[in-house]
Amino acid sequence: MLERINRAYTQIARAQKVLGRTVNIMEVCGTHTVSIFRAGLRTTFPEGLKLLSGPGCPVCITDQGYIDAVLSLADRDDCLIATYGDMIRVPGRKGSLEQKTNKGNIKIILSAEDVLKLAKQNPAKKILFVAVGFETTAPATAVLANEAFRQGVKNLFIFSNHKLVVPAMEALLSEKNHRIDAFLCPGHVSVIIGSDAYKPVVERFEKPCVVAGFEPMQIIDAISEICRQLADRKPEVASLYRAAVTAAGNKTAQKIINETFDVSNGWWRGLGKIKKSTLKLKKKFSHLDAEKQLGIEFIPEEDLTGCCCGEVLCGLMDPPDCGLFATNCTPETPVGPCMVSSEGACAAWFKYTLKKGKVDGGRR
Amino acid sequence: MAAGDKILLAHGGGGRLSDELIRSIILPAFKNDTLCRLTDSAEIQFGKDSICFTTDSYVVKPLFFNGGDIGRLAVCGTINDLAVSGAEPLALSLSLIIEEGLELEVLKKIIGSAAAAAKEENIPIVCGDTKVVEANSADKLFINTSGIGIKMPRAKLGFERIAVGDKIIITGTIGDHGMTIMSHREGMKFESNLKSDCASVAEICAKVIEALGDDIKFMRDPTRGGLAATLNEIVNQSNCGIEIHESSIPVNPTVKAAADMLGFDILDIANEGKVVIVVSPKKTEKCLEICQGCKTGKEAAIIGQVVQSDEPLVELETIIKGRRIVQMPYGRELPRIC
Repeated sequence: MLERINRAYTQIARAQKVLGRTVNIMEVCGTHTVSIFRAGLRTTFPEGLKLLSGPGCPVCITDQGYIDAVLSLADRDDCLIATYGDMIRVPGRKGSLEQKTNKGNIKIILSAEDVLKLAKQNPAKKILFVAVGFETTAPATAVLANEAFRQGVKNLFIFSNHKLVVPAMEALLSEKNHRIDAFLCPGHVSVIIGSDAYKPVVERFEKPCVVAGFEPMQIIDAISEICRQLADRKPEVASLYRAAVTAAGNKTAQKIINETFDVSNGWWRGLGKIKKSTLKLKKKFSHLDAEKQLGIEFIPEEDLTGCCCGEVLCGLMDPPDCGLFATNCTPETPVGPCMVSSEGACAAWFKYTLKKGKVDGGRR
Repeated sequence: MAAGDKILLAHGGGGRLSDELIRSIILPAFKNDTLCRLTDSAEIQFGKDSICFTTDSYVVKPLFFNGGDIGRLAVCGTINDLAVSGAEPLALSLSLIIEEGLELEVLKKIIGSAAAAAKEENIPIVCGDTKVVEANSADKLFINTSGIGIKMPRAKLGFERIAVGDKIIITGTIGDHGMTIMSHREGMKFESNLKSDCASVAEICAKVIEALGDDIKFMRDPTRGGLAATLNEIVNQSNCGIEIHESSIPVNPTVKAAADMLGFDILDIANEGKVVIVVSPKKTEKCLEICQGCKTGKEAAIIGQVVQSDEPLVELETIIKGRRIVQMPYGRELPRIC
């Protein structure tokens, strides 16, 4: 273990020397963010390495307008809302789903499969599935859509806001003032899309893209590999998560995603509109499409006043630099989504580094 | 109330929101010294003796889980609240709130299980109550148990007795109960490998108090909110800090894998048959030996120590020698999306 940590130190120092400044690595996966904080990784790294938490948490990147649209249905007696647990605490303009659970029409589900069961158990209700997440949860939504189609289910509606990771990475690198030297690529997403999916990022922007699993030691190894590439000035795609990630990814999952969804432009919190970044149901599934059938409208919203989730997600700001952090915005009273989700950057900084109202141990 | 004007599930989670609810509404209304100490059981002076008195309600879903059921849980939980207070449990009450429509067979099985748990510990259930409510006004079955006990003469427990240098012992693996319940609830596939630790800790508590007396400074069973909540309660009440070492904390690998999969911090997960013991440094090894000699303490371990700190803080030294803070959990742990 010590040997691997030392190797990482050597590579970080080399990269720092070649760049002539701090090395900035962005992780684009909420589970990485949490693993990094939970293992205290930031406290073990030398000065000269900065980890940025990017748009890797599905809750955090969900636009305010989408949340408001879901909330507008939560008050309707004829609807049941099926959602992944993380989403219920995200505040919209009129409260959160958690505050509306008293009506018993908010159901927390762990997999899309459960939504079909809900629809069958509640034939008199319209079931709205809050379909969020990256390429990891999109295949399950696709399976759900196809099953509902095949079985002729009439009371199930999918509000798809699934996002694609690579377009977001490209959008970040296209910003003029970004400070990203490399990406620590997500584990779960890469299982589906395969490590080759990052090749365009490397080719177009010349930034290392290294996939890792969630063990702290594997994250350390990935940082070591990224710094080696930076020092050698040879950016490439590498995967250390070989147990689960192949170059081509999961073809079956990709196929069902392609058969079920069209790739369209979509809104991301903080990042704005990103071209070809969001999955919407194909025409064939129109009768299951919540936007078309339930009369809900998804109006992209301005960011909340004072909330810097957008800057945080782009790696332009650390959570403690936001004026609301740990004052007006805490896990009990979150203002922005990054404080809501357990995998959000703000929640992680708050939970694992806050001392006397000040952050400590998370090297800035 | 911070999170709006209605009760949320998180208010019952044993974390920060529960704490706030108790302090803002309940304590001011019933204000008295005994209650305001917020100990696991209330101590009432009766002649020369101290009587310990506690109560707890059980609303677990599902009613049956690997390693136990609501009946066993209701008996062991209340015995444990007495035991960690340094009391020898004398008798329990058991009250049922039953939803109309519950199968009689289910009730019989649960009552049988509660009776067996009480018999194992040789503590009689001496009174009770039965209420039935309309279908849909309760979730199958809720149980309340109360218990009384006599304070052991050698027990000198209290937050105020905790001092810098004291060691922290946990009497076995953490997170087993919470992850078992959660895996049942979430329909996860590896539930058969998970087993609740639901058990009485009366044996351990009595033996360490008997042998070590006032060298045992404090005990608490880390139920809702897990080890994180209990350690935070200790630092908040004792004006010290606590440092724990991840590599010393016993965890069943399947429990860890399940927690990782759902994105939970294992330190926040509930236990139902473990004790956190704060012991003086000179008797730490002896205390560990006694724990390990008990039925539920074979995997007991020293996990950290009380440290000087200018703020009440629990810090964890991680396996890779990083450091991080362990906070009071929020209340309701939600599984992550992917």
